Formats: sequence, structure tokens, C-alpha cells
Amino acid sequence: MSIIKAVAATGQLGTGFKAGTLEKAAEGAAFIGCDAGSSDPGPYYLGSGMTQSSDAAVARDLELMIRQGVERGIPVLVGSAGTAGGRPHLERTVEIVRQLAKKNDWHFRLGIIDSEIDAEAVVASFEAGTLKPLAGAPEISVETIRAADRIVAMQGPECFIDALQQGAEVVIAGRTSDTAIFAAIPMMRGIPAGIAFHAAKILECGAASTVERKYPDSMVAYLDEEGFVVEPPNTDMLCTPQSVASHAFYETANPFRLVEPDGTVLTENAEYTATSDRAVRVTGSSFEKAATYTVKLEAATLVGYRTIVIAGVRDPLVVGQIDDYIDKVDKVIRGKIADSLGVQEDDYRMRWNVYGRNGTLGAFEPINRVEGHEVGLMIDIVAVDQKTAQGIGSIAWHTALHQPIPEYSGLVSNLAFPVSPPATPAGPVYEFSINHVMELEQPNSTYTLTLEEL
Amino acid sequence: MTQLHELARLIRSKNAGPFELTIDVMFENREAYERVRRSDALSIESIAAMYSVDPALVKRFEADVALAIKVTLPRPTPSGSVFDTDIFGGQFHSPMVQLDIP
Repeated sequence: MSIIKAVAATGQLGTGFKAGTLEKAAEGAAFIGCDAGSSDPGPYYLGSGMTQSSDAAVARDLELMIRQGVERGIPVLVGSAGTAGGRPHLERTVEIVRQLAKKNDWHFRLGIIDSEIDAEAVVASFEAGTLKPLAGAPEISVETIRAADRIVAMQGPECFIDALQQGAEVVIAGRTSDTAIFAAIPMMRGIPAGIAFHAAKILECGAASTVERKYPDSMVAYLDEEGFVVEPPNTDMLCTPQSVASHAFYETANPFRLVEPDGTVLTENAEYTATSDRAVRVTGSSFEKAATYTVKLEAATLVGYRTIVIAGVRDPLVVGQIDDYIDKVDKVIRGKIADSLGVQEDDYRMRWNVYGRNGTLGAFEPINRVEGHEVGLMIDIVAVDQKTAQGIGSIAWHTALHQPIPEYSGLVSNLAFPVSPPATPAGPVYEFSINHVMELEQPNSTYTLTLEEL
Repeated sequence: MTQLHELARLIRSKNAGPFELTIDVMFENREAYERVRRSDALSIESIAAMYSVDPALVKRFEADVALAIKVTLPRPTPSGSVFDTDIFGGQFHSPMVQLDIP
């Protein structure tokens, strides 16, 4: 069997790579893949349908990738389109591809994989007992499932294989696992799953497995039946056995067991050997097939609308009693909210983040006191609608600004607001509301493949 | 006393999905790795105390090839929830940076 050259354009679509690096990487490659999403930037993107990267940045990366794909006749695969991989995210990315094809007079078969799923399908699974919680999963019910604004099912490599077998040359998929993108073609060509997935895990973050990722860039792996060699195409960067082995740690709960829809990749016995001063060969990873095929579900639910107030405090007398100051003014503000707006405590959430004390770590801050000469305050308000949140924000900043302290008599102004207006509407607030796997009888039952001739 | 950051090449934290947090401590050489590994500084009990979580919920891994120790624990609150202070979980490793290592 010949060696399969797999290329990752970059770690996240829209974050860029050097055009020259990709061009070099694509030479002799079997395909070009790129991950376009993550749950890391929080639930907002999934819930709202918005994307993290701008359309312009995504178009820049996609144009270079598809040009290489079209010119060399190799597939281009994108997973987790538009940050969260829901239907609006997918549609937005597909529209960019259509425009690029028109602009460049490219013609190819586009595979579109929609992996957003209907709440009723999840309810049915919940009621049938085939929805299993993952670590830290919230309690769910039929009501909470139906309340979700969007639910996506993270697909494995099967959806890409399906699209490729139907002749797709460019595949844009909604939510998929990061590894699915890079494992699909190697598995189709007979690479054992353990090796294909382990290489995919290294590739999915682009140049992140190098000793020093100087900037986002492409990455290459050469796969065979016994293992794979990973080598950065950019000669400014290099891989060592330690840098590649370390990458299995990144963002993984367990670095030796990577759970995929069809089983678990075991990397504990993997061996990492330098084959040059820049390349590393990895062997010994294996795959433990699961009894049941599962897809991980992600969901985001609207919980309210946010307004934030950011303020600096510099007067040493106020800084020195910041906790007392906040305790007192918080009570006054809550009273005014009830009196002036008629909004009850259960209908909003207001918190004070005190930067300079424990704003970053919250309850886990071991040095839970102010040691500096100033503090930054964020008053963070979430209410049932934006108008109410703004109303609360206005009461909060105005009350806090003039809250007296015992050392001074007369009207004071205790807060320095860096922006006008001091209360900034921050829009809808979502929470991740499902962290479960759904057991499936058929791998293809939670996605829809559409083919489009461009 | 030597502090952990003087022995490590990288100390970082990050979400492992929205509901778990994972902390990686990576070393430049085997001697530093072994020294920290043998100490109690990053034991499950120490980590549980540092983050006020049940020790039974803390998972700990050692990787000899990567010269790294990983601990995974439940997130204090899910990423992006209304009480979260760190969406990416990128600063939660901070309390261990200056840990004294015998």
C-alpha cells in the first residue's frame, strides 16, 4: 500500500496560514482538511448562530485551500463549519464556497453535511434511554431539551466517507469531531483506525504540535499501515518526539484515550521516534471498537440578555474597603431595582467581578484580597430582556458611582468609567445545556448529506 | 525551595469540553519531571484541595515520553455559564505556578 499524505491547512479555518506553506504541503497530498470550529469560545456561537471568524478571513483561507484542491484534483474537507457547526453556520460557510467558485470559475461537486438535529429526535432518544451523560453533564429533561435553541450532533468520519463515495470534491460539514476530518480518507484507503485517528488528532490543530508554533500554519502527516510520520511543511518550525507526544495532552481530558463515535483510540503504548531533526514517526496506537455507535450532542439554550458595566477604582480609601463598598452598594441597588423597575430578584442575576482581587479565579483564588493600588470592577447583569438588563445597568452604575464611604462627607464619585455609556448592552446569553452521547443504530441517522454541482 | 515554574517548561490550563478543565505541566528534562512526579505537590489530594473538589473527581495522568503531568477536574462552573469567569479555562492553572517543590 502506498503512503497517504494528509494535509491540515491550519488549526482553525479563518485563523490563517502561509499560502506558500500550503502550496508546498499540498504537493502529492491525498487531501486538504481543516477544522473550523470548537466549543471553546463558549455557548454564544452555537446558540446565536453567529460565527467567530469573519466571512472575509474564512474566504481567504478557503480560496487558497480550494484552489490547491481544484488544481491538483484532491478533496478539500472542512468540519465544524462556522465555529459551532449548526445550520446557520453551515449555510454561511457554504455560501462563501459558492461565491468563491463563481468568482474563480471553479466547477466541482460540493458535499454539504448538516448535523444540526431536531429537539424531538433528542427527546425520543432521552425517553428510550439511549442518551448517556458525559462527565459534568447537566441534568436534562424533556422540557430542557425542547428549550434548547440549537442542538448539534458531533459526527465521526463516516459522514465525510459518505460524501466522498458520492463523488463530492469539496465537503463542508456542520459539527464533526476534529479528528473525523483527517481520519476519513486514510480509513477509506485501509489505514487502521488507531493510526488514522492518532494522526488526525495531531493534524487537527495545524502547526500546534511543533516545538514552537510561531504563527498558525499548515501541517502534514504521512500515513501507512504501521504508523505515521508528522513533519511541518514550513521549515521555520520543527517537531520532536516530545512536542508530538505532548500534543495529545492539548484540550483532552485523558491523553491516552480519545473517544470517537465508533470506539476509543488508545495512545498509551504509542512510540515516538525522530526520523530527522524535524520529523517524528509515531507507531503503536490502537483502536478499541465500541459496542454501540454514539454521537456527542452539544446544545445551547438562551438564559437571558446581558448588560455590563466596567469601572476602575483608584481612590485608596475605596480600594481599601472594596468588599464593604460592594456589599453595601449591592443591597442599595437591589432595593432600587425592585422599587423603580418592579423587577424581582429571581428575574435577574447581578454579579461583581473584582479584578485585582479574584476576578479571574473566583472562588478558587488563594490570594483573595487586594494587594495593588487599583481594582477593576465589572458589574455583570443578566435579565429576561435587554431593556430590563439596561435598566438595571443604569441603576447599578449610577448608584455605585455616588455610594458614600464613611471617611468622606458630601457627594462622591467613586468609579472611573472608561466608556460612555457606562452600561454596555452585550446581547443574548446562552448556556451549554446538553453534554451527552446519543446511541445510534446507524451512523448516518443524525446527519443529512446534500450534493450540489457548482 | 524551588517553585514549580522554575522546573516546568509549560504550565497551562484549558477546557476539555465545556464541562471539564484540564491542567498540563510539562518539563524540559527527565530530572525535573521525576522530581515533581515524586513529590506530593501535584498529587490528587493536593489538586483536590487547591480547587475545592472531591478527590474522586480528579483524574491524573503521567506521560513519560511527553515528560508531562496532566490533571483533569470538573469545571468550577460550565464554560460560558452566567457565573463563569474564564470561558477558555486558560488561567485556572495559576494557583500552582508558584507551588514549592521539595
